[in-house]
Amino acid sequence: MSRSDLPALTIADLQSLLRRKEVSPREVLESLRARIEQVEPKIEAYLSIDFDAALKEAEKVDVNLPLGGVPIAVKDIINVAGQSCTCGSKILGNYRSPYDATVIERLRAAGAIPFGKTNMDEFAMGSSTENSSVKVTRNPWDLSRVPGGSSGGSAAAVAADAAFAGLGTDTGGSIRQPASLSGVVGVKPSYGRVSRFGLTAFASSLDQVGPLTKTVRDAAMIMKAMAGHDRHDSTSLPDPVPDYVNNLGRDLKGVRLGVPKEYRVEGIDPQVSSAVNAAIKQLESLGAEIVDVSLPHTDYGIAVYYFLATAEASANLARFDGVRYGYRAKDPKDLLDHYGRTREDGFGAEVKRRIILGTYVLSSGYYDALYVRAQKVRELIRQDFVKAFEKVDAIVSPTSPEPAFKLGERTANPLAMYLADIFTNTANLAGICGISVPCGFAKVNGSQLPIGLQILGKPLDEPRIFQIAHAYEQSTDWHKQKPKV
Amino acid sequence: MANAPEFDVAYVSKLARLNLTDDETRLFQTQLADVLKYAEKLREVDVGSVGAAAHGVPMFNVFREDEPCDWFTAEEALSNAPHKANQLFIVTKVVE
Repeated sequence: MSRSDLPALTIADLQSLLRRKEVSPREVLESLRARIEQVEPKIEAYLSIDFDAALKEAEKVDVNLPLGGVPIAVKDIINVAGQSCTCGSKILGNYRSPYDATVIERLRAAGAIPFGKTNMDEFAMGSSTENSSVKVTRNPWDLSRVPGGSSGGSAAAVAADAAFAGLGTDTGGSIRQPASLSGVVGVKPSYGRVSRFGLTAFASSLDQVGPLTKTVRDAAMIMKAMAGHDRHDSTSLPDPVPDYVNNLGRDLKGVRLGVPKEYRVEGIDPQVSSAVNAAIKQLESLGAEIVDVSLPHTDYGIAVYYFLATAEASANLARFDGVRYGYRAKDPKDLLDHYGRTREDGFGAEVKRRIILGTYVLSSGYYDALYVRAQKVRELIRQDFVKAFEKVDAIVSPTSPEPAFKLGERTANPLAMYLADIFTNTANLAGICGISVPCGFAKVNGSQLPIGLQILGKPLDEPRIFQIAHAYEQSTDWHKQKPKV
Repeated sequence: MANAPEFDVAYVSKLARLNLTDDETRLFQTQLADVLKYAEKLREVDVGSVGAAAHGVPMFNVFREDEPCDWFTAEEALSNAPHKANQLFIVTKVVE
């Protein structure tokens, strides 16, 4: 194998070479750097890269650790000590993290090397990565299309072999949807499974950090290294972390998979429907039993999500006031002018829109009618899943109702952009886990665009969704196809 | 639920301490009125017997021992400050 072939490897394969001393961690980083230099001008997935620091870590890393010597790309909303953490926003343009997020601390302890920060929608608000204040990331399968979002930088980098794996965050689909549109694997862990300490908060009751990878096995390896209780995050769950990797490989005999009738809605791209139906047939042929289930409150998911997520965001983003960190407006005449102009200059349009909506939802006179009502409907959505999971082990659906759309196509219509989350955001509202795995391609105007299958599991039942996703993946070759960048 | 006329972007932007240009105010007024109209469907739902869920995974009263531990030094805490002096954040004048 030539050095230039290294970046195409999965983590699992890379690790065998590292442990057999056929390559060194330094050579791995050098080959990745060459690949990034080759494709980055086209896809623009990264906001910053610190190879010098990474090479220093590579010199001393123990390759026998679970992720020993594996470089990992990190969404620029997760703090990595000494690196920038812009959240894709002008307001944090000069910010440098003074500490590691818990997930980074754990990945480092497992031998991984966080070497670069990836592009994203500003403060993770978006489904296309076009809301970044810095630049636009392009889909490696078709450079005129979006990679999905908000974790679009990590998704595009992994898809283009410009990263072995990436971290993303998922508040309403921001890992699974870009994974689907870019043709990689993406995992949204159960709420509380992964620490949020060091993740810049968007909507605290919905946010989770998860991996974007080339295979299900790689995702399980990263989850195993970073999941678990953290004393710095009171919402992290104390339950022990199962061995996600050793649980792979079990067959699907007797596994019951639910297909929600409410997910057969109008507006799903016919090529997406047909690929997902074929995937369900394939799962059946692998031994799974397909069962009809009902999630009656699905249709309210988007409305609930945009009230609760924006309400939480309006409170979380109050910290960006130009006092302790970040941008500050010049020569304010008084404190209100200081706040008002700092935030006007520092935030982009989508963030402003959501702060306004969230502030309204929480304001006197509307709090009960909007916010509390949305929380109650959230509870009904959660109960829908509890009832469905009494009948089935997991639920399958498309991840996104359509393949990657054109750059600029949705930016003028926020509501149309919000509807892209229709199959993903109820999982965040209910706190359950989900994974997107490649399940085919749509042919659109001569382009081949990836389609994702979403598998949803009960809270803390990551082993089950990994088992199903792995069995499906291993019986197909979608994950082996690569874009020609 | 609120009708569009009750939703006043200019007023809410003051509550949010977020200045907007006139163009932004007009644009958000239209765009967010569309979102609020879409969300009116939440009125249909019977929520009479349902509790409000703040989290998907209900957890309450998480306690731990209150133990001192190492944390940021003053230099680290100030490392990103837009304006600092004498190991302090310098803020815009609050009182006359």
